[in-house]
Amino acid sequence: MTAPLLSLRGISKSYGQIRANQAIDLDVPPRSIHAILGENGAGKSTLVKLIYGVEQPDSGTIMWKGAPLSLASPAEARRAGIGMVFQHFSLFETLTVVENIRLVVPGRKADLAERIRTLGRDFGLEVDPFAHVHALSVGERQRVEIIRCLMTNPKLLILDEPTSVLPPQSVEKLFDTLRRLRDGGVSVLFISHKLEEIRAICDHATILRGGRVTGHLDPREHDVHDLARMMIGRDMPEPMPALARSGGDKRLEIIGLDYRPDDPFAVPLSGISLTVRSGEILGIAGISGNGQTELAALISGETELPREQRDRIYMMGKDVGALDAATRRRLGFAFVPEDRLGRGAVPEMSLVLNGLLTAHPLKLLKHGLIDRKNAAAFADECIRRYDVRTPGPETEAGALSGGNLQKFIVGREIMLSPKLLFVAQPTWGVDIGAASAIRRRLVTLRNEGMAILVISEELEELFELCDSIQVLHNGKLSPPLVTRDTRPEEIGRYMIGARSPSGKVLA
Amino acid sequence: MSAFSGTILPVFVRREHASLTATLLAPPLALATAAILNLGLYVLMGRDPAAVIYAMLLEPFLSWASFSEVLLKAGPLLLIAQGLAIGFRAKVFNIGAEGQFILGAIFASAIPIWFPQATGQWIWPLMLLLGAIGGAFWASITAFWRVRLNANEILVSLMLSLVAAQLLNYLLLGPWKDPAGFNFPQSVMFQYDAMVPILIPGTRVNVSVLLALMLSLAAWVFMQRSFTGYKLQVGGLAPRAAGYAGFSEGRAIWLSLLIGGFAAGLAGAAEVAGPLGQLQRSISTGYGYAAIIVAYLGGLHPIGIVFSALFMAVLYIGGDNAMVSANLPIAAVRVFQGSLLLAYLVAVAFVRYRLEWRRPAYRSPS
Repeated sequence: MTAPLLSLRGISKSYGQIRANQAIDLDVPPRSIHAILGENGAGKSTLVKLIYGVEQPDSGTIMWKGAPLSLASPAEARRAGIGMVFQHFSLFETLTVVENIRLVVPGRKADLAERIRTLGRDFGLEVDPFAHVHALSVGERQRVEIIRCLMTNPKLLILDEPTSVLPPQSVEKLFDTLRRLRDGGVSVLFISHKLEEIRAICDHATILRGGRVTGHLDPREHDVHDLARMMIGRDMPEPMPALARSGGDKRLEIIGLDYRPDDPFAVPLSGISLTVRSGEILGIAGISGNGQTELAALISGETELPREQRDRIYMMGKDVGALDAATRRRLGFAFVPEDRLGRGAVPEMSLVLNGLLTAHPLKLLKHGLIDRKNAAAFADECIRRYDVRTPGPETEAGALSGGNLQKFIVGREIMLSPKLLFVAQPTWGVDIGAASAIRRRLVTLRNEGMAILVISEELEELFELCDSIQVLHNGKLSPPLVTRDTRPEEIGRYMIGARSPSGKVLA
Repeated sequence: MSAFSGTILPVFVRREHASLTATLLAPPLALATAAILNLGLYVLMGRDPAAVIYAMLLEPFLSWASFSEVLLKAGPLLLIAQGLAIGFRAKVFNIGAEGQFILGAIFASAIPIWFPQATGQWIWPLMLLLGAIGGAFWASITAFWRVRLNANEILVSLMLSLVAAQLLNYLLLGPWKDPAGFNFPQSVMFQYDAMVPILIPGTRVNVSVLLALMLSLAAWVFMQRSFTGYKLQVGGLAPRAAGYAGFSEGRAIWLSLLIGGFAAGLAGAAEVAGPLGQLQRSISTGYGYAAIIVAYLGGLHPIGIVFSALFMAVLYIGGDNAMVSANLPIAAVRVFQGSLLLAYLVAVAFVRYRLEWRRPAYRSPS
């Protein structure tokens, strides 16, 4: 065996009482794609931060090309030839794509823009170099991050959950990219919880659980259930079977909605029609940046419709076009937004106060004052019922990991027992154990008669959850496709705008 | 090659939690820093630093007479700063408390000027109420344009302060000029019942200080316990979360500005119905602007503001003392205030961030 490119021995790191990494050993050979597998809180992020120089280990050694390496900062890591694409983006929203990249990569704007376009074409990461980042969807922002990393020609590329926002076609394309990079002499450290993906692309995997290594193996030699068991320490929960139902009352109806946003970079919507009935889950598939953000804000009431458009959205049979977000919630609407920090939760506030954000009608107020006891009890219950890993309800929301905060927000909205629940990206960044718990919960609620609308980029998720799926592409919504009569490839064709005549269309 | 690659300077690292220690230490450290810098300045100016320190920071406490003046100054600062802090927490930046203060003084003065013969204990409370309404009215202009046209509230409120000063000038040079006042730009002296009752006999300290303390308590309940205060804070910390939860931004702007204007107007009324006893051109010595510093120095927290208002008042009175006894120019007090705010803003950065000295790095030879 060749000498490893990167080699860790006995790496440990603690944050106060929490031992995030304990005696981690890891070898990444040259020309390999190496997976790090683990649930949220298993220590994946910490380990990666140590390799990328964001944090320094308490003990242990890092060897790079056979020599000891100590990194004081990510800048040094980049100089040494280690690049990383983070799960949380670090882009300046007020700058354009090319300006963001120019902060890290020297060069003239025009040349950089050309390189961005070339990389985009080669790797399926199309993005307009002159678009402002604030106007990009989450998916497009991740593309920018990946491109920025590729531009510094790293020897080791770390990717933290890179595929979570890509459509199936682009995932395959990205994998091609990664294989080509590997063949060109770049090793890839691939962090994911999507076991199928890891089996498809990685030649080694290191499994972490509770901050320790629980196994080194070749993922191609094990099936998904084996991997999952090693990762979560027990068997995977089975998906919840959906009861057949029909003919519930209409809880959400959108009829021929057109929307022309003020922001020139936002996606205009045209002719959007959909219906969600009680006891039904409707999924909206599509690559992000095709109008999901705009549609979600129109349904939630955060974006107001122009006056002449106000008879297009109905909730529980009422025209809500002129009603604000709070009034729609009072009708029995609840919503989990795709951005958790700063929208679904206030990062600087405790979980108790974040519970109050939308759950205040649940007797958490007394004569206009906050009822501290009830508010704390609500947060406690939400933490317990939805398995939120946190030191306690007084913890600030910003200190929680993305997945745990998502569990809290989903829990909070479900505890409102809404008539209509709208969830954007329900399990994005959530570990598989918790993700399957959330999905089971959604199906249970559907069986109990709740109307649920889900926006997701993960097709497997939509196929597991939904009674029917509509695809959003370029601001237009496909007709509803009955999930059990439709194959993923057909949805995929709608996702890239190639209409399929063969999909079974609901009457 | 050098073994050290550049990172000798410490870096800012975001803390997971706001640091309580840093929160509490920030004001005294800022004060110490500002004091040292300004003492250096006084030495450069050829003044005796010990004399300045004595006059500025100690003398105000050494006699009851001068300490009562401190309390008198602290009253309006406290009132205005509590009102402003609520808006600042909601990220509504009302910089025009000075104008709202003047309007409060004008509204309150209308009663004794139009009804100089009136008597009864209802007059001064009504004046305070009218003053508060006047301040709120002036702030509502800013709120209207901000909500209606998205006009920046900083600019509108600031410029309205200049308009308010001109309005005051017009009234004092025209319709409200005291006919027996030898053409001085000031109104008639107010009657006895138009004066806020004295709280401590033998001083000029009046009931409005108590009022300011009570409203501080109310501000605490409002910000820390009420749902409306919570909504304002959500709007300030995470505007998109407020939109998501359906908290109206327009309502937050209106409420923030009305509260700020109400408090500033009340302070203006208490000033003309208190130590001044008439409407005159120099009713405000920059209270509206100093209160901005007071609000931030108090950490935008109702309890912190009580202390910072008291401290700022000491600085006013001590500054006056130092002008007399240590021959300090008036600008020196302003410089002290400004450097104090600056030092504080630097210090509060450490509430959310900490410095980290990275280990010097060595690189593998490559």
